[in-house]
Amino acid sequence: MSITATLASAARVLGQLRRDPRTLAMVFLVPPALLTLFKYIFNQQPLIFERIGAPMIGLFPLIIMFLITSIAMLRERSSGTLERLMSLPIAKLDLLLGYALAFALLAALQGAVTGAVAFGALDVHAAGPHWAVVLLAIGNALLGMALGLFLSAFATTEFQAVQFLPAVLLPQILLAGLLIPRTHMPHALEIVSDALPVSYAYDALAKVTTNNTGTWFWLDIAIVAASIMLALELGATTLRRRTA
Amino acid sequence: MNSSDAELSAGGVAIEIRDLHVRRGGKPILPGISLRVPAGTVTGLLGPSGSGKTTLMRAIVGVQIIESGQVIVFGQPAGTPALRRRVAYVTQAPSVYTDLTVEENLRYFARILDAPRQRINEVIRLVGLTSQTRQEARTLSGGELSRTSLAVALLGKPELLVLDEPTVDVDPILRRELWQTFYELADGGASLLVSSHVMDEAARCQELVLMRGGRIIATGSPDELLARTHTGELEDAFVALAEAA
Repeated sequence: MSITATLASAARVLGQLRRDPRTLAMVFLVPPALLTLFKYIFNQQPLIFERIGAPMIGLFPLIIMFLITSIAMLRERSSGTLERLMSLPIAKLDLLLGYALAFALLAALQGAVTGAVAFGALDVHAAGPHWAVVLLAIGNALLGMALGLFLSAFATTEFQAVQFLPAVLLPQILLAGLLIPRTHMPHALEIVSDALPVSYAYDALAKVTTNNTGTWFWLDIAIVAASIMLALELGATTLRRRTA
Repeated sequence: MNSSDAELSAGGVAIEIRDLHVRRGGKPILPGISLRVPAGTVTGLLGPSGSGKTTLMRAIVGVQIIESGQVIVFGQPAGTPALRRRVAYVTQAPSVYTDLTVEENLRYFARILDAPRQRINEVIRLVGLTSQTRQEARTLSGGELSRTSLAVALLGKPELLVLDEPTVDVDPILRRELWQTFYELADGGASLLVSSHVMDEAARCQELVLMRGGRIIATGSPDELLARTHTGELEDAFVALAEAA
């Protein structure tokens, strides 16, 4: 492992993003815009927006980093740059941590911007500390990144990669309690949702929203952290030095 | 100790391949080949498209899953971590980040290789990209892009350079300069394995390895091959050797 290689990789990924201002603009503008849309959709039912407003700040980075990572890794694979890196003296973990660092930074900015708009202008409600919502947004970004990295190994085209979002991430978000609380779902679905990492990411956000941050909150955090590690570990095994 | 081990320890051999079998997609690509590439020379790997040149190069660099056989580079099995600094590989399709500039690409790979900063400008000069330094790679021409890829490979001053068709799409003047660069590197002690499917490049190499259908049909210097086949052109020599094989 090498700090230099990790930082160099993070700087490289950020450099690539910097050359894509339209993507950057969308990263920062789309979440506040969607959140605004939600607020007015639920104009007649303010209680629903009160329940899901703050958790949504933390869910956007999950979705966006999942997509960006899948495409970025697919590009690394198809452009031959991954093969080149794998023939160079860089540890797989350095490359993955480089991506994680770059996307965590992006997620922090995205969370801060979305949070500022949400808490400042949209009257989004969170009983717990607002910075905790932003921190959880970063954690969710890492979860999205790790899942996207792992799943990108199973996509051979960008068409396939983008469809992992509705195929893999959307069901998790639907089952996480955003639409209705998990305990109100059919028991079978509740059990399924118990096995999905996004459920715990959502639970943690919901607990900050209601300022219910006891032992169970930290258990949620631990499960999300373990899921990130597992997905990164699985993702690392898909980076091969030798190919057929 | 037999003679091949003695040569290896003397550093005279860069690559030693024994009975290498490789399959790709269920098809045998290299059906058992053996080869020795001397150190400090420019060796040309010549053969038509589909003759197994790229697969052989991938095996030498250690990125190819092989079925059986041995590929030894500088006395160590190909792909050994210690060889990642000593061996550089340039794929046929340029593998650089097209959304970064030439300089940004080189800066990234230089940090991974621990190459000093001034080396970046050196390799840019070597491949003749001085006026494209700050250009985004996606806007480069095909030849400029492959030279960017070559520049990355030169960063770490590798002892073995494996170049897959490095002079495709390159204009004749620059091609001559690149070959000059290859010889300067060889004079400095580096070993180069350069593939091409164009026979007129063969004459520029010190040693030749001729391939066809996954097999090596002949090895030797251009003059040796001409003498052996009683021909005046390497193209004719290839045909004669292919028919005899």
